[in-house]
Amino acid sequence: MLVKAKGPQQSVTANRLIDGVGVWLGAGNQWVERVADAAIFEGEAIAEALAFAKEEEKRQLVVDVYPLDVEATPEGTRPLHIRERMKAIGPSVRRDLGKQAAGPTPAL
Amino acid sequence: MPDTTVPNAHSNQPADAHAGVYRYDEFDKTFIFERVEQFRAQVERRLKGEITEEEFKPIRLMNGLYLQLHAYMLRVAVPYGMLDSTKMRRLARIARVYDKGYGHFTTRQNIQFNWPELKDIPAILHELAEVDMHAIQTSGNCIRNVTTDQFCGAAADELVDPRVYAEILRQWSTLHPEFTYLPRKFKIAISGAPHDRAAVQIHDVGLIAKKNGAGEVGFTVYVGGGLGRTPYLGTKARDFVPVAEIIGYLEAVLRTYNQLGRRDNIYKARIKITVNEMGPEKFIGLIEEEYARLPRQKYYIDPAIVEAIEQHFAPPPWENLPAVSAKFEAAKAADPAFARWTRSNLSAHRAPGYAIATISVKPIGGIPGDIEAEQMEAVADLAERYSFGEMRVTHEQNLVLAHVKQDDLYDLWLALDKIGLGTANAGLISDIIACPGLDYCALANTRSIPIAQQISERFADLDRQHDLGELKIKISGCINACGHHHVGHIGILGVDKKGEEFFQILLGGDATQTAALAEIVGPGFSYDEIVNAVETVVTTFVGLRQPGERFIDTLARTGHAPFKEALYARA
Repeated sequence: MLVKAKGPQQSVTANRLIDGVGVWLGAGNQWVERVADAAIFEGEAIAEALAFAKEEEKRQLVVDVYPLDVEATPEGTRPLHIRERMKAIGPSVRRDLGKQAAGPTPAL
Repeated sequence: MPDTTVPNAHSNQPADAHAGVYRYDEFDKTFIFERVEQFRAQVERRLKGEITEEEFKPIRLMNGLYLQLHAYMLRVAVPYGMLDSTKMRRLARIARVYDKGYGHFTTRQNIQFNWPELKDIPAILHELAEVDMHAIQTSGNCIRNVTTDQFCGAAADELVDPRVYAEILRQWSTLHPEFTYLPRKFKIAISGAPHDRAAVQIHDVGLIAKKNGAGEVGFTVYVGGGLGRTPYLGTKARDFVPVAEIIGYLEAVLRTYNQLGRRDNIYKARIKITVNEMGPEKFIGLIEEEYARLPRQKYYIDPAIVEAIEQHFAPPPWENLPAVSAKFEAAKAADPAFARWTRSNLSAHRAPGYAIATISVKPIGGIPGDIEAEQMEAVADLAERYSFGEMRVTHEQNLVLAHVKQDDLYDLWLALDKIGLGTANAGLISDIIACPGLDYCALANTRSIPIAQQISERFADLDRQHDLGELKIKISGCINACGHHHVGHIGILGVDKKGEEFFQILLGGDATQTAALAEIVGPGFSYDEIVNAVETVVTTFVGLRQPGERFIDTLARTGHAPFKEALYARA
């Protein structure tokens, strides 16, 4: 179930319209496919990023936009909640599928 | 699209000509293809940005298309679980061409594909329509795909073939103008036998066949069953409704619910809430008033229609065989592993010399209900060779070949074993129902599948499983209860505890004619603790059981206390 983001550091995620693949808002407001590359927003920047993403939703590039709590790690941005880490990795029971099949992903 | 149906060696008929599936007439075919084209146009509009997600969502859901955690998910209807080899091969092709090479059988006898792209959905639906399949009524607030007994048309205890009435209900509900926008989804299950293998009492409406004093066949009707966050067993609304009147009676049930069901709160919109907030007696009274008002004659099911539909489900041409097969008995004597499979995975068939074979889609350590495209094709081949080209999907996420000659069982099992589908565990501890859970589902709080896999591995020893006897574990990754945890002998419910996975254990559920809801036994366990906790429950049972008792029998005799003590005494 979607968990409400409430921490000081947040990222913004969505699914790409055409194929449903999970994406995150990265540097320069580009959608990126690896959560490690997701931009981290704080304070008022969170609402601004979310507003930009909602506009992207209106432009029919992505669907299901929402913010998530994250932390910065040496490996890049890491979601705090297991649901969001799962979205960033792929099914834990099929390591050959999802993001994890394409390259390194955060630990579950 | 090339026709991949293999002709029968002895005739020009396709090898699945006698499969007990409903074959579309021109009306059905036209309707399905028109629906595909309608949806194709909507997908094109969506991809061009002409309609928003908010506008598109109800349309895609009405065509079985969800958005999950990693991708879209397409749920394809398998009407009352029946497949022929042509359909199964097409599902395999769709898995291979448009998805990631596998599908997932669900607790509603359907199949889900977890990775399709939106742009490909119209092509997939077109391919499905070519083999009389679709994804209609697999989502949305409508009457969903009707489910039934996986042994229908073969079971010795059957009073009426439930497929006939499931198909009549499909035809009644698909284009019913009043019931396409109900307060919430509506699930119907039918059992044609008094032994309930279709879990009817946990459905919005459940029908169980029975005979009245005059020997006439009808249905006992249960209303208001359901799981989820507020579980209820169905309340008996009528002890007996003649088969010819069942549409009229259900029309009254649906009208009453449609009129009174809550639309202000999604969590309180199912019929179970309406029935129980109002009081079952009052609700049933309103059904009866509505039924009395209906022009009943209009709703009587014409015997000619029944007869026409029965033709689709006519028994296949069984051979006249002796009741006992010497070949079968010899194989059992010679191969203990086969003998073990026959004890768990075979059921009695009504025709002498035949058996019903359950194909476990629960290999040890496997993902419950997942099947690779190659396995689908291999099962289609085996179905043609041994069971008239017909397969059934069960609500317990397995497959069934319903008409296998006893003479052929050993060869069938050897072939199944070769493709990883010969596990002798039907109805045993590793035959676990598990929802997709957090591995796929956007609604889930926790994973379900890895818990099922770990339990399966912990009890991998099949001799141990057989010694334990019937033991149904059902796992849900959230309160929506898609894994039926409320009716598991041992139910497991995943809950979110500060962002981490925790699991509650429930005991004493039952989905059969002696239906019961399980009760939570105590505080939850962490991801690392839950499998040990399940083993504690099982070893406690072994210590307490008396000769011949199943887990559920021992639990009924002893109550929960010794299990609770074993689980929590160490704390």
